Amino acid sequence: MLDGKCPSGPLAEKWDKRCREMKLVNPANKRKYTIIVVGTGLAGASTAATLGELGYNVEAFCYQDSPRRGHSIAAQGGINAAKNYPGDGDSISRLFYDTIKGGDFRAREANVYRLAMVSNTIIDQCVAQGVPFARDYAGYLENRSFGGAQVSRTFYARGQTGQQLLLGAYAALSRQVKAGTVRLHPRTEMLDLVVVDGEAKGITVRDLVTGAMSSYAGDAVCLCTGGYANVFYLSTNAMGSNVTATYRAYKKGAFFANPCYTQIHPTCIPVSGDHQSKLTLMSESLRNDGRVWVPKEKGNRRAPHEIPESERDYFLERKYPSYGNLAPRDIASRAAKEVCDEGRGVGPGGRGVYLDFAEAIGRLGEEKIRERYGNLFDMYEKITAENAYKEPMRIYPAPHYTMGGLWVDYDLQSTIPGLFVLGEANFSDHGANRLGASALMQGLADGYFIIPYTIANYLARTQPGKVSRDHAEFRKSREEVDALTKKLLSLKGNRTVNEFHRELGKIMWEYVGMARSEEGLKEALKLIPELRAEFWENVKVPGNGAELNQQLEKACRVADFLEFGELMARDALHRNESCGGHFRVEYQMPDGEARRDDENFCYVAAWEFRGVDKEPELHKEPLVFENVPLAVRSYK
Amino acid sequence: MNLTLYVWRQKGPDEPGRLEQYEAKDISPEMSFLEMLDVVNEDLIKGGKEPIAFDHDCREGICGMCSQVINGIPHGPQEKTTVCQLHMRHFKEGDILYIEPWRARAFPVIKDLIVDRSALERIIRSGGYISVHTGGVPDANAILIPKADAETAMDASECIGCGACIAACPNGSAMLFTAAKVAHLAMLPQGRVEAAQRVCVMTEAMLKEGFGNCGNHYECQAACPKGIKVQFIAKLNREFMKAQTKDTGRRLVSEPFSG
Ligand SMILES: Cc1cc2nc3c(=O)[nH]c(=O)nc-3n(C[C@H](O)[C@H](O)[C@H](O)COP(=O)(O)OP(=O)(O)OC[C@H]3O[C@@H](n4cnc5c(N)ncnc54)[C@H](O)[C@@H]3O)c2cc1C
Ligand code: FES
Repeated sequence: MLDGKCPSGPLAEKWDKRCREMKLVNPANKRKYTIIVVGTGLAGASTAATLGELGYNVEAFCYQDSPRRGHSIAAQGGINAAKNYPGDGDSISRLFYDTIKGGDFRAREANVYRLAMVSNTIIDQCVAQGVPFARDYAGYLENRSFGGAQVSRTFYARGQTGQQLLLGAYAALSRQVKAGTVRLHPRTEMLDLVVVDGEAKGITVRDLVTGAMSSYAGDAVCLCTGGYANVFYLSTNAMGSNVTATYRAYKKGAFFANPCYTQIHPTCIPVSGDHQSKLTLMSESLRNDGRVWVPKEKGNRRAPHEIPESERDYFLERKYPSYGNLAPRDIASRAAKEVCDEGRGVGPGGRGVYLDFAEAIGRLGEEKIRERYGNLFDMYEKITAENAYKEPMRIYPAPHYTMGGLWVDYDLQSTIPGLFVLGEANFSDHGANRLGASALMQGLADGYFIIPYTIANYLARTQPGKVSRDHAEFRKSREEVDALTKKLLSLKGNRTVNEFHRELGKIMWEYVGMARSEEGLKEALKLIPELRAEFWENVKVPGNGAELNQQLEKACRVADFLEFGELMARDALHRNESCGGHFRVEYQMPDGEARRDDENFCYVAAWEFRGVDKEPELHKEPLVFENVPLAVRSYK
Repeated sequence: MNLTLYVWRQKGPDEPGRLEQYEAKDISPEMSFLEMLDVVNEDLIKGGKEPIAFDHDCREGICGMCSQVINGIPHGPQEKTTVCQLHMRHFKEGDILYIEPWRARAFPVIKDLIVDRSALERIIRSGGYISVHTGGVPDANAILIPKADAETAMDASECIGCGACIAACPNGSAMLFTAAKVAHLAMLPQGRVEAAQRVCVMTEAMLKEGFGNCGNHYECQAACPKGIKVQFIAKLNREFMKAQTKDTGRRLVSEPFSG
């Protein structure tokens, strides 16, 4: 049985208690320790900057040409905190409760409470860095609301909150690079974790410009490499987002937790054709002012403005009167799918629902709406050539975020000592469904305010510089990675990497997507290994390894998705209940809502790698709810 | 629709490059420009040729990774639109397109359409930040910021660091890029404290990297996918003058920025 190692005692005192117990590294000794930070999105940049400030020696890696381009940059809507500035009844315990409930009671209480506790300091920190959050005319910070909350606790910077937060963290990081505490390795991809005597001591990377393979040794490794939604091929993630770093750590012994918990976001621009390479999110914040509807009748072909009020079905407002259009994502997505399955969807192929601003524009004026969401409306127009001020947007759910990730304990340490996992890459705080504006909060909480304490506790017990990259394990790791890339280049098959990725995405969307069934998951477990086998015989990767080779980069990532997809399906198949983003058609209430099974599944499923074509081993971490009674999640 | 492309191909930084001709066939108007290139690349790979290398990641116009000059215009013909957000409906049957990398002395080509923009990193690193440690900061509402100032700071801070302004400038100047960061931080009370040093060290770093001087062509503003205005260059100049007139001004230039 897995132990999350949460401190005992009252919820509100756990983190303080833990901080008090933890060992410290003396300031003069910090520079003797080298910490490897992989990923420089919000989680990674905040980690590297803060550890650098403390005096550690940091090696930071990302695959883009600059940390400022990490996928966090694309986050639009906002970041939550329990400041209660609007005085609408928010508090740390309410944010805690909303997050536990939003996650459908599948997250650890102690972690979530700590997250809510540090949320306020994040906003203070970002303002001090110069993040230009929205303000009112008196100069105070403004808030808006997001799904799954009845208070306004979301801080935002137009529709580019992630950009502004990342630029803040990037600024802090740049300052440390200049100070010489952090060395930055852009255009560098981690392809393996090096474990020596059971502890994480380094990584093997490929320089994406020269193709050179090399290793870095450190006293601890932090993975901040983001989520794996690109397993679906089409998602709202950046093109390069991948599971490679975390999956390869999994193959080296780190357990992977709850891989089947994936979030399908309700408000994305619908697919327009086969050429589509990615999907674009329209921030959830739009649901503050936009109303979601479809025609009441099936197979309607009229333009939206020709459909009178009485013939419209505002299905979220109808089904969830107290939360209305701000119902949580999993619920809103499934509801949209349901009305489309009934044949009431709109737009090409009937795969879309309207998000209508007419009422808000009537009430507030077009100017106000432009001020709030101008860039989103522009983006919508660029992609669809439609003007959302004049006619409703068309939206449809799309893969967006992954709650699953490497298993970590309360200290954010994985099952491999010395390997810490932060941000979207870990599984820790969102249970089976993440609430809007909480990912940015979690990434920054992990990086600025948690890891600096917990990593010291690990380092204090290790001797700095114990292992160098001449160690045999490093050589072995380089040889393995080298062999893998050589193999990919030697196959010279007939199908491109993209074709395999697209086919995998279709399988995942069809069988491991928004609604899953035993039969479908079993089908996926048959199809994925077949596709993988074909990949390893018939993929065509042009060029060679000793140069900038984007096809080779992609082939490495797709190779991992082809194994990881199977793990996701297996996890989904074993979880005989519906909860949050995991919806099994066999387990639903008479009204179609998710039916959880707390008796049998109130645990974190953490999988241990046993070999590529072997079944992984399941480990369970029981979830204990001492402060929030387990209840049916209702947003009605 | 069908188009003819002339694309810059260059194996490596020290290799000669040249324009090569490709046909883009059966392109649908809903495709984005990069999806059109994906189609061309898939054909190239199947035909046993090397696909065209180009930078891209978010494909949402925010990461600043994509960087192509289309028919002489950075990011192509659509105003305030990155190349990843440019859609094929803005082109027509038979169009001939010249696709090249950013061209500037400070941006050496790495391969095909990919350039090295690390010079921009070094400008930011020189002082494009507020020197604040993690923790120990006041409450977020302790210092009020007039809405108009916060909005102006945001206007400047929207820069995605793509480098189109530099590619568009006849002098290859990084003035707009640098000014956007200087102005963003100078607009905020938190950033005022170091404003004088910042403008000096950042300007110095910019010149050291081999970027040219601003000649008031305003091509940068026209090319900027985020609509960043040249008024920020005026702001930079004002900040610079102010810093010079402070008696400590000159000394600050050569003093290392606090680490
Ligand atoms: C379109 C969109 C909008 C969103 N809006 C919001 C929002 O409004 N509010 C909110 O709270 N959340 C939002 N989210 C979610 C949130 O943005 C992400 O969960 C969060 O930013 C992830 O941050 P991260 O630091 O964990 O990872 P990322 O930002 O994804 O960073 C990953 C880093 O790892 C690096 N990396 C990855 N793999 C490797 C490798 N193999 N080797 C080396 N480096 C590697 C990358 O280079 C990058 O630096 C949104 C997400 C999307 C897709
Ligand atoms: S790919 Fe991110 S801005 Fe174009």
